[in-house]
Amino acid sequence: MPLLRLEAVSRDFDVSRPWLNRVLEGEPRRSLRAVDRVDLEVERGETLALVGESGCGKSTVARLIVGLYAPTEGRIAFTGRRMQMIFQDPYASLNPRWRVKDIVAEPIVVLGLQEEKSIQERVFDLLVQVGLSPDDAARYPHEFSGGQRQRISIARALAGEPDLLLCDEPTSALDVSVQAQILNLMTELQRRLSLTYVFISHNLAVVSQVADRVGVMYLGRIVELGSSSSLFARPRHPYTRMLLDAVPDLQMSGKARTPVAGEVPNPLEPPPGCVFHPRCPHANERCRAERPAVIDSIACHAVAEGRI
Amino acid sequence: MILSVENLTVQFPTRRGTLTALDSVSFSIAPGEVLGVVGESGAGKSITGMAVIRLLEPPGRIAGGEVRLEGRRIDDLPHEEMRKVRGRRIGVVFQDPLTSLNPLYTIGHQLVETISTHLPLTGKQARERAVSLLKEVGIPGAEARFEHYPHQFSGGMRQRVVIALAIAAEPKLIIADEPTTALDVSIQAQIIALLKRLAQTRGTAVMLITHDMGVIAETSDRVAVMYAGRIVEIGPVRDVIHAPRHPYTVGLMGSIPKIASRKTRLVQIDGAMPRLNAIPRGCAFNPRCPKRFERCLAERPGLLPAGTSEAACWLHAPAAA
Repeated sequence: MPLLRLEAVSRDFDVSRPWLNRVLEGEPRRSLRAVDRVDLEVERGETLALVGESGCGKSTVARLIVGLYAPTEGRIAFTGRRMQMIFQDPYASLNPRWRVKDIVAEPIVVLGLQEEKSIQERVFDLLVQVGLSPDDAARYPHEFSGGQRQRISIARALAGEPDLLLCDEPTSALDVSVQAQILNLMTELQRRLSLTYVFISHNLAVVSQVADRVGVMYLGRIVELGSSSSLFARPRHPYTRMLLDAVPDLQMSGKARTPVAGEVPNPLEPPPGCVFHPRCPHANERCRAERPAVIDSIACHAVAEGRI
Repeated sequence: MILSVENLTVQFPTRRGTLTALDSVSFSIAPGEVLGVVGESGAGKSITGMAVIRLLEPPGRIAGGEVRLEGRRIDDLPHEEMRKVRGRRIGVVFQDPLTSLNPLYTIGHQLVETISTHLPLTGKQARERAVSLLKEVGIPGAEARFEHYPHQFSGGMRQRVVIALAIAAEPKLIIADEPTTALDVSIQAQIIALLKRLAQTRGTAVMLITHDMGVIAETSDRVAVMYAGRIVEIGPVRDVIHAPRHPYTVGLMGSIPKIASRKTRLVQIDGAMPRLNAIPRGCAFNPRCPKRFERCLAERPGLLPAGTSEAACWLHAPAAA
């Protein structure tokens, strides 16, 4: 039984204009489908990454999983006890008026995980685990750099003894050398504490360093899902190929890149059929008319028909 | 050389003493050349760009050095003169296209305004030029889009409009400060290709400021790596990426995640860049450097020849070699 299972989960947002405008101008209600029939399973001890461009619905999936949003349709089953979240902005996600020891102790106190007299020891232990020192416990968040703050966020998340950690762009606000420190730390903690991560990122290179399995999202749908090793070595969906092709080539191998045409369409009026067809070099009549079913973890007519 | 900067120093006088944000920085850019300036936040890369166009936030001020544009000094020009240089001879592209565009005017109005401020053209000619600029930067339906407001464009299209504004008066130099950071990867590649094409076809010198080494690898001819307000390494982009000479560049290159089909441990530089009020004695990188020796603690290295590049590191001192 997987630790987490999403079955055909969708989420709509009401983006109608105010009531008075609707009445006076005769406009109907409008809704935006941010997540569209997503199926997903996460096994214990693995890292599943969701990757995609802005507006593809990856953060909405994270919020659906932790219950910050309720699904409009579909079902989410979690067989663990607890989950915790690590956010993108380490400046906004820590209370500036609390000392680090209170921030890290809060999940322990709220969930009643430790005897009161052993809480302090547990906090010190967590700080050491994330590469800080027990002396840092008495300090306030503003005394730390971005990378250190993200370490505090990780310590706080671990304090709740979660079965599942949801990381929403945990390193996007950090410089590359600090990002490397945090990614290495997360990998080490996973090995030591056998953690399960759902890792949300727009950065394919970061995802390839941490993930066991990767789901590529486009306009609210998962278009390709596969093991990190096969997806990055042999991308199959045209969108995955396009994304990988768009990553700047640091090796400067001089390989010609196919320039990517077009932009993500407006999610209020998604294209009919396969949502990727306006940008896809392999689109035909069927792609424009019929939504591709997920076959073998990939939603693409061209792949299913063996055209590419 | 289009731009040559020599020993440029920028200071911020504060109540607790003077902070040196830029310490004796020298570089130059040739016509048609793209110089990438890379570094982590606080390294001084944006300050360098702002000092060149003299738009430093007060109390920041140029405390020393020279900036020359086509051989003529511009760091001591009076404000009115400098205003004419900006836009006419130096075009600027910032990270966030929304803050560079006025939301209350159509993009056509803003383009025509810029063109007629700097060039002696009639209204009709200015309009024609504006439309052809929009076509040049790849905006589909340029004539129709002329009457649109900034909010009617997507992020990538807005950045194209900003680039059209920057090249409107045919400047000799474009300073692009994180032009692709706010954009998605697929759009980022389009903007990079556009900047590169403009530099090549128009012979414009480009100073490309970014934290993203990948963007530099794709566009730049040479790259300057900054750390704690100084250039620590400068050289041809291929050499800096494949054979970095400064221990900081070595660490920086190793810490960048690359697309790999399996998990790997990234190279890690421990610690963080020093704050401006606590720059260590000697080489500013010495507390984090795996190769430091006595001289690094005492003396600050200048740029020394290292292969085809130059690196500010005592490892490349003739005596050590």
